[in-house]
Amino acid sequence: MTAVDHAGRTVHTQQGEVLLRVDNAVKHFPIKQGIVFQKEVARVHAVDGVDLEVRSGETLGLVGETGCGKSTLARLVAGLYPMTSGSIEFDGQDISNLSRKAMRPFRRDIQMIFQDPYGSLNPRRRVGSIIGDPFDIHNVASGADRKKRVQELMEVVGLNPEHYNRFPAEFSGGQRQRIGVARALALRPKLIICDEPVSALDVSIQAQVINLLDDLQKEFGLTYIFIAHDLSVVRHVSDRVAVMYLGKIEEIADVDDLYDKPRHPYTNALLSAVPVPDPDRADTRERIILRGDVPSPVNPPDGCPFHPRCPKAQTICVDEMPPLVPAFDDPASHRKACHFPVADGEDISTSTPSIDQTSTEPKVGSTG
Amino acid sequence: MTIIAADELAEGRPPASPDSQPPAQRIEGRTPLQLAWARLRRDKVSIFCLFVIVLLVLSAVFAPVLTGWIGHGPNEQYRDIGLSPEGLPQAPNGTFWLGTDDLGRDILSRIIYGTRVSLLVGVLATALAVLVGLAVGTTSGYYGGKVDTFLSRTMDVFLSFPFLLFAISLVSVFQPSLKISIFVIAFFTWSNVGRIVRGQVLSIREKEYIEAARSLGAGDFRIMTVDVIPNLVAPLIVYSTLLIPTAIVFEATLSFLGLGVVPPTPTWGNMISESLSTYLQAPWFVFFPSLALFIATLAFNLLGDGLRDALDPRAARVLARK
Repeated sequence: MTAVDHAGRTVHTQQGEVLLRVDNAVKHFPIKQGIVFQKEVARVHAVDGVDLEVRSGETLGLVGETGCGKSTLARLVAGLYPMTSGSIEFDGQDISNLSRKAMRPFRRDIQMIFQDPYGSLNPRRRVGSIIGDPFDIHNVASGADRKKRVQELMEVVGLNPEHYNRFPAEFSGGQRQRIGVARALALRPKLIICDEPVSALDVSIQAQVINLLDDLQKEFGLTYIFIAHDLSVVRHVSDRVAVMYLGKIEEIADVDDLYDKPRHPYTNALLSAVPVPDPDRADTRERIILRGDVPSPVNPPDGCPFHPRCPKAQTICVDEMPPLVPAFDDPASHRKACHFPVADGEDISTSTPSIDQTSTEPKVGSTG
Repeated sequence: MTIIAADELAEGRPPASPDSQPPAQRIEGRTPLQLAWARLRRDKVSIFCLFVIVLLVLSAVFAPVLTGWIGHGPNEQYRDIGLSPEGLPQAPNGTFWLGTDDLGRDILSRIIYGTRVSLLVGVLATALAVLVGLAVGTTSGYYGGKVDTFLSRTMDVFLSFPFLLFAISLVSVFQPSLKISIFVIAFFTWSNVGRIVRGQVLSIREKEYIEAARSLGAGDFRIMTVDVIPNLVAPLIVYSTLLIPTAIVFEATLSFLGLGVVPPTPTWGNMISESLSTYLQAPWFVFFPSLALFIATLAFNLLGDGLRDALDPRAARVLARK
């Protein structure tokens, strides 16, 4: 399908076509020491070889613990950080490590919604000029035209257009997040990266913002990468879900496959930690309690990054990183990176690893 | 009152509430500066200082008019009536309200004209220092890395100059004048502004709205001018208000040492300097210029304190003082 969008650009994306392809993305942050002459002493392996495909029109959920690299991955896609290695392809064009100037046209298509509705809006500027920023930066509209379009956007996201001249401080958290959504929406992007857009909001407000995002997706045919650590929110919004751990993708599947048949022990552990509203069921269910903490991304474990905490770990897990492939007779869309995937009905809460995990656990005090 | 409301209801009109405003005004948000002004207005000390500063500015602007009313020019020497038979200055009296100096000139007229120099130097030197400090500090804090190291060390160098010694040598290389005074004072104060700005920018740079601007494709210059600098307005206003009195005292010091504005142009500093030979016989000669200097400095400093409280909503001092 070829069409011309509002800015006169030719659109050749189709529902289900791959919009974004991340290929072996790596981002390491150097840790430097020294006062005048800085020497790199170590690296934080924030994103460590991620392959990902996002199809046009879908919502890809990205879950994982704090510090697993999901926000860094989002910022790599948004072009906010240069990549250490790997490539990102957007709409058929390679956008990895483009110069600021070359990246500019793509910024119109890739927008971001930030986590903190208080930090992501400049407190010194009026809402109208914040939402009008994209028009100004890309010279799309100015003067009265810009004001009209900003007010249209405010209406689209459910804000009162008369509040054009207010400051962010005069809005509630949910309204501020709507301002952030309006700003992201201004240039009619194809892909919106939502970096934990609701985790700073009240539960009742979360639902409003999620419904807004849902409506906008239908109205404008948006593609979302939805980062969150609230698994029930992710289940609600996503078409597919990727689980990250220590900078790597551990499992990726259609949302129902992942929640019904989690293959990776880490996914199992995550899902078993979701609070159950029924206290009787909560008492009877088997929690998978992981031992230890997430290892430091400065010095990630060899092989499978999850092996020091995995109840099913064996020697091969220490030696070899498992590939991201389907297990058993799962569909090709359901892939896991695990040597010993969890079968249907298997209870791993009582499994014991066959390797000595104390030796691989970080020593107390060594990582802080 | 109730009858009127009932009448209005009977006519199908909603009762007018006392605070109803036209919608155009109601949706206009108050700027942070408007809020700060509202807070400042409740602070009596600051308002009084502001009043004093306005008086100083008016007397500087209308110095010729004022001295016209007094009837004595700043540089006119009244050797007959302005000096005692022994040639000593006259004490304050009906003709010379604040007395005369050793040449028989009216001290009041000279102080009024001295306000011009003091305020001019204070404001211009501060403006220049803030401008340079803002540019260097923002660049340094925003880019970080090697740029920051270089600019920060440069500022350190400027901060470690022995002010007076360098000022004296600088002024003696160039001829003393108003321009040189302004330049020298700005030269030694911009690095203070630069340090403060750099520190603020370092924290602003990490805010999510900067990242948001970057993800929209904004360039560095746009981010600095649109997103960073507006957030520096509050600390800069406060710091400028506190820099002005420093600059005024600095100018007085230079003038006192004969390195500032060239006599016979009156400045508070060179008046104090001229009084040194006769201050034992004519204490008013040293007292009144010093008093002017003191009042101006104090007014700016107290206003600066008040502004800091008013511009920072988290500071509770204004409320406590109220």
